[in-house]
Amino acid sequence: MLELRNVSYQVSDDDAGEQKEIIKNISLTIEDGFVAITGPNGGGKSTLAKLIAGIYTPTEGQILFNGDDITNMSITERSKKGITFAFQQPVRFKGLTVKDLIKIAAGKNININEACGYLSEVGLCAKEYIDREVNASLSGGELKRIEIAMAIARKTPLTLFDEPEAGIDLWSFQNLIHVFENIHEHAGGSIIIISHQERILNIADKIVVIAGGEIKHYGPKDEVLPELLKGAVPAPGAVSDDTTLGCPTLLDKLK
Amino acid sequence: MAAELTAIQKTLLENIADLHEIPSGAYNIRSDGGMLGRNTTANIDIVTKTDKPGIDIIIKPGTKNQSVHIPVLITQTGLKEMVYNEFFIGEDCDVVIVAGCGIHNAGDEGSEHSGIHTFHVGKNSKVKYVEKHYGTGEGTGERVMNPSTEIYMEEGSHLEMETIQIEGINSTDRRTYAKVEENASIVIKEKIMTHDNQVAVTDFKAELVGENSSADIVSRSVAKNHSKQTFKSNIIGTSACKGHSECDAIIMDQAIVEAIPELTAANIDASLIHEAAIGKIAGEQLIKLMTLGLTEEEAEEQIINGFLK
Repeated sequence: MLELRNVSYQVSDDDAGEQKEIIKNISLTIEDGFVAITGPNGGGKSTLAKLIAGIYTPTEGQILFNGDDITNMSITERSKKGITFAFQQPVRFKGLTVKDLIKIAAGKNININEACGYLSEVGLCAKEYIDREVNASLSGGELKRIEIAMAIARKTPLTLFDEPEAGIDLWSFQNLIHVFENIHEHAGGSIIIISHQERILNIADKIVVIAGGEIKHYGPKDEVLPELLKGAVPAPGAVSDDTTLGCPTLLDKLK
Repeated sequence: MAAELTAIQKTLLENIADLHEIPSGAYNIRSDGGMLGRNTTANIDIVTKTDKPGIDIIIKPGTKNQSVHIPVLITQTGLKEMVYNEFFIGEDCDVVIVAGCGIHNAGDEGSEHSGIHTFHVGKNSKVKYVEKHYGTGEGTGERVMNPSTEIYMEEGSHLEMETIQIEGINSTDRRTYAKVEENASIVIKEKIMTHDNQVAVTDFKAELVGENSSADIVSRSVAKNHSKQTFKSNIIGTSACKGHSECDAIIMDQAIVEAIPELTAANIDASLIHEAAIGKIAGEQLIKLMTLGLTEEEAEEQIINGFLK
């Protein structure tokens, strides 16, 4: 269980010469299950994820994980406690292979078959990828899936995915939905996914809407999603499955 | 005809040539200025030079899938030597040559090995040449290595040279020169890591004189603590040729890295490229590995090991 108590995060805006509050006094309790965080770009979603993972430290407030205060713990300590964070923009490494990274993620010496299993789960033909270097030769979409495979390999009680759909083409997106449905079914613990995609929000148990650094809605999917979709009627002929809950609609809703 | 190896000699051999015992095939092991063992085969002859210290390695034309090991071990503090080794590789060969030098210095006097290697690679021959340098020992004496390599490549030949220096060498000055004839190609891969106050200079020069000749020089290095590295490369194209040099360095602590790539084209069809990049380990790389449970130090080690792999 993850609990945020009055968490704020400020950065200094050098141009304006003043403090800017990215996260404003957020309190939130996330039980086990599948929680989606959505909201307009620049609203504070990724910052919130980074505060949970320990990449940023809150300027005010407390973060508790399974009852322990982790507010001042390092990234490594939080990771060892069972928090995994899949980046929105995966990192490239010259020289490290896909297998190396999956091994590090699994935290033990796994065999080729196990490593390949994780890659297959995210729709990558494992044999072609396992010995590839995680460098510029991989496309954004390929990196993204490897990032998700690493998160799956870690099997931690809390996994954060920051916009897993970003950079993945529409065709692969269908498979991605199945990946998350699978994770949801089989993994215990909590999964937090930051997403703009209706189909991802649709498989969540609960939805948090964040805008302007504050929580605007938090509740069961069946309550929040219809609210969000009101007014977000797709244009005639558009594929309603891939309605992007983009900025304008949400901003309208949130006014 | 080989003598028993001591524990120190075994460690050095493992580190510079991945050898756990005396190798099979042709070899010449030099230890503390003398010969510790030699074996020749029907196709590969090794002859001691008479005018200066060193050996001639003569490989018969058509020799395929054979290897020669010529490691050099120094365990005596204060030993300084200059060795001339010359390789004559016949036509149509396909061979692996493993050289390398290991110094164990337990004393307070400097130990130094300077090797001058000359390769004559015959027509259409393929050669893989590996040279590893390794230093160890509890003494305060410096461990110095200054390797010099000259490579003459005949028509259609191919040579891949891999040089590795990961630890323990206080000072090194490596000079490599290659002259590449028609349809011949050379690939040089350098891996180097320096720490403490070590100094490493590498200087590669390749002359592409034949039509359709090529050179590819790739250096990856890590400079830690107060060490200093200088990378120089010069590719000269005087024919229709392809040349590429790449220097990629990770800089850490108070280290200094200098990259001086140079290209000279003297033919309108010479296509030459150089790339040089020096930078610290990217923060996001460290963060990613830390989110996977590694400490910052462990993350750094993984990144460096991968980079130099």
